[in-house]
Amino acid sequence: MKATAPNYRPATRSGINYFWSFLFVVGLLGVSACAPKPVITTTSTPAQPEATYTTTAPSPDPRVGLGAGLFDAEEAAWNIRLLSSTPPTEAFVGVTNSDLAFTGKYAIQGNYNGIQVFDISNPSNPSLVTEYVCPASQSDVSVYGNLMFVSGEGLGGRLDCGTEGVKEAVSHDRLRGIRIFNIDDIKNPVYISNVQTCRGSHTHSVLKDPNDDENVYIYVSGSAPVRPEDELAGCSDASPDEDPNSALFRIEVIKVPLDHPEQAAIVSSPRIFDDLVAPPTHGQSPADIAEMEAARASGAFIVKLGGQERILPARFVTPMLNSFMEERGEGEATAADTLAFREALPGIIAERFGINVDDDENEEEDAGPPPGPTQCHDITLYPEIGLAGGACGGYGMLLDISDPEHPTRMDAVADSNFSYWHSATFSNDGTKILFTDEWGGGGQPKCRATDPKEWGANAFFSIESGKMEFKSYYKLPAAQTSVENCVAHNGSLIPIPGREVMVQSWYQGGISVFDWTDLENPIEIAYHDRGPVNADEMGNGGSWSVYWYNGVIVSSEIARGLDVFELLPSGFISENEIAAANTVKLDYLNTQGQQKYVWPTTFVLARAYVDQLERSKGLSASRIASTRQELTNAENASGRARRNVLTTLSAELIDAAAGDEAAKVHMLAGVVRDLASGTP
Amino acid sequence: MSERHFRAQHYFLHTVVFLVLLVTSACRSTESITTDSAIKPSADTTADLEALYWARKDSARTLFTDADVEFMTGMIGHHAQALIMAGLAPTHGANTQIQTLCARIINAQQDEIATMQQWLRSRGQPVPEVQITGTTLIVHGAGEHVTRMPGMLTEKQIHELDDSQGADFDRLFLTYMIQHHRGATVMVDELFSKDGAGQDELAFKLASDINVDQITEIARMERMLRILSGKSPDH
Repeated sequence: MKATAPNYRPATRSGINYFWSFLFVVGLLGVSACAPKPVITTTSTPAQPEATYTTTAPSPDPRVGLGAGLFDAEEAAWNIRLLSSTPPTEAFVGVTNSDLAFTGKYAIQGNYNGIQVFDISNPSNPSLVTEYVCPASQSDVSVYGNLMFVSGEGLGGRLDCGTEGVKEAVSHDRLRGIRIFNIDDIKNPVYISNVQTCRGSHTHSVLKDPNDDENVYIYVSGSAPVRPEDELAGCSDASPDEDPNSALFRIEVIKVPLDHPEQAAIVSSPRIFDDLVAPPTHGQSPADIAEMEAARASGAFIVKLGGQERILPARFVTPMLNSFMEERGEGEATAADTLAFREALPGIIAERFGINVDDDENEEEDAGPPPGPTQCHDITLYPEIGLAGGACGGYGMLLDISDPEHPTRMDAVADSNFSYWHSATFSNDGTKILFTDEWGGGGQPKCRATDPKEWGANAFFSIESGKMEFKSYYKLPAAQTSVENCVAHNGSLIPIPGREVMVQSWYQGGISVFDWTDLENPIEIAYHDRGPVNADEMGNGGSWSVYWYNGVIVSSEIARGLDVFELLPSGFISENEIAAANTVKLDYLNTQGQQKYVWPTTFVLARAYVDQLERSKGLSASRIASTRQELTNAENASGRARRNVLTTLSAELIDAAAGDEAAKVHMLAGVVRDLASGTP
Repeated sequence: MSERHFRAQHYFLHTVVFLVLLVTSACRSTESITTDSAIKPSADTTADLEALYWARKDSARTLFTDADVEFMTGMIGHHAQALIMAGLAPTHGANTQIQTLCARIINAQQDEIATMQQWLRSRGQPVPEVQITGTTLIVHGAGEHVTRMPGMLTEKQIHELDDSQGADFDRLFLTYMIQHHRGATVMVDELFSKDGAGQDELAFKLASDINVDQITEIARMERMLRILSGKSPDH
């Protein structure tokens, strides 16, 4: 397969003309008024003693109302620090940056024009290693060993990587599927093969079966319409009842022999959606219902929107009440006025926001779950626990992948608040799962103050005996403008030991770090956000994906390039917890193939657990103090003396374990015991 | 129902704003540029890179066909009729699930109408304006595109829906919205069957998203309809 890297050339003459005329304008006028825009930072200084760290978020939220700009938008950050922001190269700027994969010291960033590889060993100054022009959307990228896989779905992707697109509706030059590259020399990727699929590859997931060292498997998810049969033989979009070979209602599994990747081919098309039985649905979470009851008791204004009750924020109530009073021609509101206002509220809301308010109190049973999907958007594979989370149309699915060629469905959940299930993330121990709802497909502004917090959000489920049970939602808490595309998108766990902490992209809503250890009470603990790319109309931008990788947090910014962050200590996370997270080392990372985090036995791991037990009051203050002292004593000692201190401490901790946090005390005692046995 | 307008912004104003943005962004420092000496781009500063960004965005707007324009123009009217249908739910005794579904349809399709209008506007094409008065839909500037769109309800069907209440409304709404959504997926299939269409990134994404969202919603509505008819939700 021919694989060259042609230089980018602007597609039209008019583009070139515009470029020069803009440069001229910039040159002419750009010299004046060059005052830097303010950077709003509310980050705690790391030098501060831990006692001063707060768990109170800045108020008002500094993310609201940030000024626009491409490379000079206003920024807000809390408990996280931007180390570097590297713009795309000339060949890639102005074209959508997509997903990320990591291998060794390299971050590979997909772009609708190809891929860029950065050396991130100095996170404050990543350096470009190579750029490879080979257009196809979405160019989602994965790695395994010396292989790199890239998704192609759009109509303009070519087998020969040409930039001219494919004009014909039916063409044998078109690539929609998976491209396979050899990256033995990452500076010079070699395009070795591809596998064409009927719906192209919107995303894909690489499965390394623990019991098979000779192959990897790629689960292909495609959501675009089926290709014509004239272009790719055997592609049919008839319903499976009419054509058993329909490309609908199935996923594709590609087998890649590691010794002969050029022989990669589709080996099965499992119909994991067949015979879906009605999964349970749910309405509001218990926490939401309790909040509503409390609000009602305190006299808050409550409206019913979209079949669900919502508390109307004061910033909406006050102006509405004022104009209501004005219309009545009265001054100070009386109790009677308030009552009248309460009754008129549904009409006012409908008029003001164009949103339908439910005036009936008709609490019928749910009409049942959304039925069968035709495809998955994304499948998160977690081979170490033998499970996958499939985000498939109107369903979130739990799959058994112990036989990689024949995944089977264990459970499926639907959610009346979820429009389009996008992706999944498991807790490290596999007992919890988070699904995202990419409502509006990522191109729409779904984080406005008027957009319900259950729509376009994350939903959390516990997994018990292969069944998922809904617990709560989490949505970016900062309202965004109507020119910022914003909805739940890609993220990964940060390996804070003993907790579920995740960093997640929200497109132009920025990135949000939240703790979902308590499934019923997820809470935001850090964030970074920029103002819109364009103040005047919706421009495509923001974080496509953000992942933790070996101590840093790397974000693929759709318009602005590659951002690298570090998490800062705060009232939520101690320095020891961050240091313990940073002891986890990965050789590579594809987030759609979740890897189990394993923490080496270190003193800082023990201290991280001590900090958590102090926070949760799982041990008494005196026990916390003495444990810290003993850990210091042990670290300062060696040989038999160290072993003795640690062995004694471990036994004391086991004796002290009680209450809700007993399990964590046992985890701490286990680390201390392992430290003892690891001491020479 | 109140009258709703989706107004076109003046193209000239948009261009002026665009230039002002470019000028202010020329103030950016050049520190954060990272390049490898082996791959030396000619854009030496962030300002040059930003100029290239906007120029490329601009040139990408020339990659469209008549079929893309027809799709956007037609789909605006198609979506607008969905707003009318969904807007009837609160006053026609729809059940809670259909209220939720309708609120979502209104939110999603209003935003998509704005996206399609922006797509047309930024490509110098006529921008249809939607005017809804009760159950009457007037689309200004769409030519003959609106009434011919697949799946759209006839005037008789709209009136039939408007005359129904409660469970009758629920059943009719689902039946007609399934018909309406299926029409949208036919429009997407037709778009992609035309040479050169759907090459524009935004057009491809919007059409694919509409396709997948509405297929998901059709399946959801079919299940609701089966339950309303007293049948098992599954086949």
